[in-house]
Amino acid sequence: MLKITDLKVSYGMIEAIKGISFEVNDGEIVTLIGANGAGKTTTMHAISGLLKPKAGSITLNGTELTKLPPHKIVGMGLAQVPEGRRVFAQQTVEENLALGAYSRKDKDAIEADLADVFTLFPRLLERRKQMAGTLSGGEQQMLAMGRALMAKPSILLLDEPSMGLSPLLVSEIFHIIVEINRKGTTILLVEQNAIRALDIANRAYVLETGHITISDTGEKLMKDERVKEAYLGG
Amino acid sequence: MDFLSYLINGLGLGSVYAIIALGYTMVYGIAKMLNFAHGDVIMVGAYVAFFSISNLGLPLIPAVLLSIVVCTVLGVVIERLAYKPLRAASALSVLITAIGVSYFLQNAAQLLWSSSTKVFPSVISNGGISWNGLTVSWLTLITIGVCVLVMICLTLFINHTKTGRAMRACSEDKGASTLMGINVNLMISITFAIGSGLAAIASVLLCAAYPSVFPTLGAMPGIKAFTAAVFGGIGSIPGAFLGGLLLGVIEIFAKAYISTQLSDAIVFAVLILVLLIKPTGLLGKRIREKV
Ligand SMILES: Nc1ncnc2c1ncn2[C@@H]1O[C@H](COP(=O)(O)OP(=O)(O)OP(=O)(O)O)[C@@H](O)[C@H]1O
Ligand SMILES: [Mg+2]
Repeated sequence: MLKITDLKVSYGMIEAIKGISFEVNDGEIVTLIGANGAGKTTTMHAISGLLKPKAGSITLNGTELTKLPPHKIVGMGLAQVPEGRRVFAQQTVEENLALGAYSRKDKDAIEADLADVFTLFPRLLERRKQMAGTLSGGEQQMLAMGRALMAKPSILLLDEPSMGLSPLLVSEIFHIIVEINRKGTTILLVEQNAIRALDIANRAYVLETGHITISDTGEKLMKDERVKEAYLGG
Repeated sequence: MDFLSYLINGLGLGSVYAIIALGYTMVYGIAKMLNFAHGDVIMVGAYVAFFSISNLGLPLIPAVLLSIVVCTVLGVVIERLAYKPLRAASALSVLITAIGVSYFLQNAAQLLWSSSTKVFPSVISNGGISWNGLTVSWLTLITIGVCVLVMICLTLFINHTKTGRAMRACSEDKGASTLMGINVNLMISITFAIGSGLAAIASVLLCAAYPSVFPTLGAMPGIKAFTAAVFGGIGSIPGAFLGGLLLGVIEIFAKAYISTQLSDAIVFAVLILVLLIKPTGLLGKRIREKV
């Protein structure tokens, strides 16, 4: 279980996250929705250790993540697909996937997981020798997801995986997220595409300028008037 | 025959520049900073080799190894103490700090070992191989050989090992690298260690050719090698290699055919010309701003 308690994160003098608490239980898909600048990415970065929180705690199965050096967090079973994909453009698809497994030592299992990733994303297999920077946006998103899966995470954080993709590809990506979850990986999903996110989520939180204002099941939030008006286009 | 002999001597000099340039380019690639103290690490390497041979009576190879160890440690310590605290600072602050470290090392050397020039012992026998009236000294051959060996080993390491891949990842995106579980600080330390170790090798090759050891010894080869790195495309390892060799050849040709006094001016003029035509250097990719 991922548990965030009274988390505060600042950029210099500006407090972007103003004390939020939420949790993601094992096996769930939980989504965090909110407008541009609400603090979604900031929250994700704090969980993965890229930002040091000013206050509060982040625990994964009881281990305090904020006390760990940032590069040790993925080894605890928490991987992130960052906003904007951030694949290593000057390395091949294969090398990117190998980097995803950087924290692991179990060589044989890595091979098997690579095969699984290629089953999930056949297009990556076709392009395994291609430089990641020359992939299309959708392919880069798949690579970013495959790369995170190579860490064999128990919980996967996805920051706006549908950003900039065609409607058809968005459907495919959401379908794959459900598939990953069905195979036993817990999901924390940040999305602008609130309809889609609420549709697949067990539970959801609404983040507004650094505060969590609403939390409920995905189903109920889909019908919530405030959410409808602000995030689902009325 | 003169032409060929100048060319080979140019490649010999260029090999030393290339080995030094690798340190600049690797550090730039991963830490996005210009380590102006790199030349002074060469100077320290030269003193260590000098004292090992002249005072401790060590043979050449152990002296070189000792010099490599000292420079490697020095490079890592410099990074930890001077540059690491500035990870989030502006590029200008880091540059000024690097210049400060450079002066610090030069003055420390002056204080410890005095400013008088020490004569580096002759370590490589004078002869060479002759062929059809063309004579190439052992030193030139060894220097070129070492450079090629360094290049091969480094390319294999960077392209085909897990650590090399992680270093390349860090040079592209440190945040994403951290998400992979890569210890970015460790990768930066390794880069400084390799660059400084290479500086030690370069220092011995340099002193074998120009046998004087003094506190500002590293300044000129440092600036030339930096030029070579920019020439080849800073951040690019093959670029440093190519830039170093070309710079050496241009310098020797300029000395031989144009003017000894003007040779440095010609070298820099060529650099400016290349940068006007191709701002990223010969093999440089897009230059990314410090993040
Ligand atoms: N590096 C930074 N320095 C200063 N302020 C920042 C920085 N990054 C983000 N912020 C600010 O923090 C707030 C939250 O930003 P964040 O990126 O977390 O939003 P977000 O919810 O992910 O938005 P989006 O949907 O556009 O990705 C914003 O007001 C933003 O301007
Ligand atoms: Mg965001």
